[in-house]
Amino acid sequence: MLVSLYRYNPEQDNAPYMQDIELDIPAGKDLMVLDVLALLKEKDPTLAYRRSCREGVCGSDGMNMNGKNGLGCITPISEVVKKDKLVIRPLPGLPVIRDLVVDMGIFYEQYERITPYLVNDTPAPEIERLQSPEDREKLDGLYECILCACCSTACPSFWWNPEKFVGPAGLLQAYRFLADSRDTAQEERLSDLDDPFSVFRCRGIMNCVAVCPKGLNPTKAIGHIRDLLLQRAT
Amino acid sequence: MGKIRTISYDAIVVGGGGAGMRAALQLTETGVDTACITKVFPTRSHTVSAQGGITCAIASADPNDDWRWHMYDTVKGSDYIGDQEAIEYMCSVGPQAVFELEHMGLPFSRTEQGRIYQRPFGGQSKDYGKGGQAARTCAAADRTGHALLHTLYQANLKGGTTFLNEWYAIDLVKNSDQQVVGVIAIEIETGEVVYIKSKATVLATGGAGRIYASTTNALINTGDGIGMALRAGYPVQDMEMWQFHPTGIYGAGTLVTEGCRGEGGYLINSEGERFMERYAPNAKDLAGRDVVARSMVIEVLEGRGCGPEKDHVLLKLDHLGEETLNLRLPGIVELSRTFAHVDPIKDPVPVVPTCHYMMGGIPTTVGGQALTQDKEGNDQVIDGLFACGEAACVSVHGANRLGGNSLLDLVVFGRAAGLHIEERLRGGYESGDASEDDINRALARLERLESSTGTESVAAVRKDLQSCMQLYFGVFRDGDSMGEGLKKLDAIGERARNVQIGDNSKAFNTARIEALELDNLFEVAYATAYSAMERRESRGAHARNDYTERDDENWLKHSVYFPLEKRLGKRDVNFAPKTVDTLQPMIRTY
Ligand SMILES: Cc1cc2nc3c(=O)[nH]c(=O)nc-3n(C[C@H](O)[C@H](O)[C@H](O)COP(=O)(O)OP(=O)(O)OC[C@H]3O[C@@H](n4cnc5c(N)ncnc54)[C@H](O)[C@@H]3O)c2cc1C
Ligand code: SF4
Ligand code: SF4
Ligand code: FES
Repeated sequence: MLVSLYRYNPEQDNAPYMQDIELDIPAGKDLMVLDVLALLKEKDPTLAYRRSCREGVCGSDGMNMNGKNGLGCITPISEVVKKDKLVIRPLPGLPVIRDLVVDMGIFYEQYERITPYLVNDTPAPEIERLQSPEDREKLDGLYECILCACCSTACPSFWWNPEKFVGPAGLLQAYRFLADSRDTAQEERLSDLDDPFSVFRCRGIMNCVAVCPKGLNPTKAIGHIRDLLLQRAT
Repeated sequence: MGKIRTISYDAIVVGGGGAGMRAALQLTETGVDTACITKVFPTRSHTVSAQGGITCAIASADPNDDWRWHMYDTVKGSDYIGDQEAIEYMCSVGPQAVFELEHMGLPFSRTEQGRIYQRPFGGQSKDYGKGGQAARTCAAADRTGHALLHTLYQANLKGGTTFLNEWYAIDLVKNSDQQVVGVIAIEIETGEVVYIKSKATVLATGGAGRIYASTTNALINTGDGIGMALRAGYPVQDMEMWQFHPTGIYGAGTLVTEGCRGEGGYLINSEGERFMERYAPNAKDLAGRDVVARSMVIEVLEGRGCGPEKDHVLLKLDHLGEETLNLRLPGIVELSRTFAHVDPIKDPVPVVPTCHYMMGGIPTTVGGQALTQDKEGNDQVIDGLFACGEAACVSVHGANRLGGNSLLDLVVFGRAAGLHIEERLRGGYESGDASEDDINRALARLERLESSTGTESVAAVRKDLQSCMQLYFGVFRDGDSMGEGLKKLDAIGERARNVQIGDNSKAFNTARIEALELDNLFEVAYATAYSAMERRESRGAHARNDYTERDDENWLKHSVYFPLEKRLGKRDVNFAPKTVDTLQPMIRTY
């Protein structure tokens, strides 16, 4: 199999380049892309990428494989390799620190911007706050986000306005708290998002939904926030 | 290396997992100037992988539930070398710690009454083992660790904790008064090496499952805190006690939670027999993990394993029905499809016992204060050093941890460490400065590595270390083969000192980090092997073919491994809970 790898080491390279490597894949095994990277790193320890859980729950290894964003650790090569070729690049749109490692700063800032914690200004009870199974169900499809940035870095609106448009990941979390029956800051949350950019830059292109490795649907969440904002305006 | 930059805090927490972030939150909220140092962005820590839940007597599933029953189960589960004072503290303070998490926003699953959903887990009973199976594990579907870790990160953002993300702690700095006064760390993105000075240093660096070839642990679980403590000359406790989880996915090592069996799944052999009924007639598939793991290995050894190699057993879940599986175990359905290529809604999942959890670690008090021993064998405080979470051995798990008790350990003792440190600092605790020599001593390892002329590859040595541990120090152990394993480890250690990084650039040099991690893997592996060899009995997770019985006369003790003298000492187990009667050792059956 031919692996074409994005390489860049700021101390040595003037510009990024693609490195082509022929790799023998052990027969009878459907490796994950992350396993392929580990094999390559055994041969060339200078290759840099992030990884931790190797099971799709920590969100470390978002990358672009044959043109599509996803997690290296749960993407079998049988699923992405085309014509015996695998092109691996860093997530698009973020500054590259080295090889596949991108600077996630702006992505995290947008997350922090949406007040990513429960706000409840009533005194806490002795035990837990009660929540019905139905209310709890409203958080399904929202709280599972692993902050891998696959979605936001596939979103054209985020590429163009990463400072002003919160992006799909941040908005999914914004809605996670708006939808929580225990949260009492709906009004403030909506005020914070009520401008032409934060939410309304979403063009409904659904790239985010197509790539989310956890099967989450940011577009739908954005739609709900939009409705809440519009209701509020009338 | 020349003079390096110093940055100072009143307290530093090395580790941004559940334990580290709970400690950091406690400190920040009480106004202590604190930094949380973590080699990965906090939500990428291994706690994120925890599935089944957090065990605690919050009396939701059973309004009569009692923390004393939880304590009984935990002491029994530990095979009686868990410290009863610490277990009492964990089980009694637990509900408060869990409610705090809920108030922070943790999205627990719910009961019809709106309370937190609890599921049955292994080793749980009502009424001191007399009232049948309890359901005591609080869950957010099968993503409890993810929900807990993200919630704690969010709470720390709210509280304003300082995070040094993607900073790697290399070694402890000790001054001439034998106080720990911070760490040497490297900022991974830039490669800058810094002395981070602090009056209190908390090691919350998690487990080290990567010493074994087959493990449920994340790639980053390399036991760095244990390595740091051992290199500084401090002892570690009960390192022979490693939990092998019954249900790691065959081939991949990824875990499927005990919650699968809690929800009604069970194990079968090649004859389709539910074999746990033979080994544990009462608790069956929900016996202690050590018991289930050993039973599985015996099934395989006796020829009743499944698959072409007859080397695993099967976890049957399909009878639970699609709806329950999707509601209660959605992550498991996903993992089984990805890593076992099996759809658990239709077919059973192939599983093997897989290295999962380190019961041992840095000995501490309930308040997280790290301990060593003086010449007479009395506990002695290590000034400035604290530990919590999987890296610590407080010890609530003894020789075998019960499922769901680790997450509780993280939040209860992370919080307790924070409380204790805040109190000490408020009481005026000061430590002296570190001299240039002290700092250089802590830098020695990094310098050796940078100037290494060795030829060994990190990946090759690591692989050999992992196979050695797997082969000689697994579920069943034997004196002769462990002796052989120790010899092999000596040779591997020699090679580990001769590695070549193969990359001397500064920016995001992961080769350098992996080389530093390899040293820690070796330290942990060696301490494990040595302690396993010396504990001449079978207890909990430590099962020997040459000493098959539990030996309370000689070994109702913690083992304590001293790295400088390469010696295994003993330490008394605490049998003095404060508010309840001592639980006397009994024969452990399920
Ligand atoms: C797959 C799986 C499922 C589990 N499920 C459950 C469950 O359902 N219930 C339960 O109770 N327990 C469960 N456990 C056990 C439990 O998850 C762990 O014991 C626990 O999460 C450990 O938490 P911790 O905070 O001690 O360490 P971790 O979460 O591992 O965090 C360690 C932290 O230390 C940092 N660190 C390490 N070394 C360095 C260094 N050198 N420099 C800087 N930072 C460093 C890391 O970046 C990380 O932030 C499970 C374990 C596994 C493997
Ligand atoms: S739907 Fe909106 S958020 Fe998602 S990719 Fe398109 S523009 Fe971006
Ligand atoms: S929404 Fe999905 S793709 Fe986006 S950050 Fe979360 S998990 Fe990743
Ligand atoms: S390594 Fe954790 S998501 Fe891939």
